[in-house]
Amino acid sequence: MSATWLAVLAACLGCYLLKLAGLSVPAAWVEHPVVRRVVDFVPAALLAALVAVQAATSGSQLVVDGRLAGLAVAALALALRAPFVVVLLLAGATGALVHVLA
Amino acid sequence: MTDAAAARRATIRDALGLGVAVGLYGAAFGAAAVAAGLDAWQACALSLLMFTGASQFALVGVLGAGGGVLAAVGSAVLLGTRNTVYGVRLVPLLQPRRGLRRLGTAHLVIDESTALALAAPDRENARLAFTVGGGSIFLGWNATTLLGALGADALTGPWLAALDAVVPAAFLALLWPRLQRTVPQTQAEPAAQRRVALGGAVVALVLTPFVPAGVQVIAAVVAVALAGGWRR
Repeated sequence: MSATWLAVLAACLGCYLLKLAGLSVPAAWVEHPVVRRVVDFVPAALLAALVAVQAATSGSQLVVDGRLAGLAVAALALALRAPFVVVLLLAGATGALVHVLA
Repeated sequence: MTDAAAARRATIRDALGLGVAVGLYGAAFGAAAVAAGLDAWQACALSLLMFTGASQFALVGVLGAGGGVLAAVGSAVLLGTRNTVYGVRLVPLLQPRRGLRRLGTAHLVIDESTALALAAPDRENARLAFTVGGGSIFLGWNATTLLGALGADALTGPWLAALDAVVPAAFLALLWPRLQRTVPQTQAEPAAQRRVALGGAVVALVLTPFVPAGVQVIAAVVAVALAGGWRR
């Protein structure tokens, strides 16, 4: 089995067991204030870290290219309450434009 | 038509509408997975078996950045922890029985189905919203994942550059609502979420030159979420 399949299947199993745990464990385990706040903060920290890594790094280097320009345009579109599809299309068009010009 | 019937119809309409809207994310996910080097089978397996969008994006994001199996699985599982909290909040509404029924219910516990159930006017509509919403999202998400994966396979040159720019934008779009307002599934303040998000991005970038790919993401999450969780 390739490493990618291993990652896919292991993560699927882990995520499913986390879902099942919520329906199965005593509420008090999960409703502890510290646990709840940490869990509340995980998505924002993780998604922001992924935004940064996906937009501005390549391997172990920090890189500025069309992805960062696309991200800036996406942020502007989100601030103007553009729908999801429009945000992605604008980001993609910006990335392609920088690729063609550079 | 009685009030109860009208409430049922409104619940079903909202739940189906969300299923269609979320399907669009599925196409973005399928394309992102292929751009990260997964094949269409792996993209579809993730949507079928993992079925929790942010974790799926995280897994392919870390793999695409050259990260190892542990870092990729770790990111996906860390994002999956919020589904545990959702499950705890859903138990009183859905009262899932033991056995197969509960195994199936668990698979549908995601951001959107939880938000639908918590927003429903009563327990009966909560169950309906959860099942119809979760079910329609599952169908739309899987169908569009396949389309996105097959579509991305054919991309080259500037189209590939476009897809590279779409992936971080998709993460930002997932993150954005949490920074603007308190989403129904959490109790954290948007201002606190913005500090956490900024911290996560900065820690990840600072660590990038020094640690193996993908590890900076996990390190950023652990550092920032723990710091945020213990304050106050």
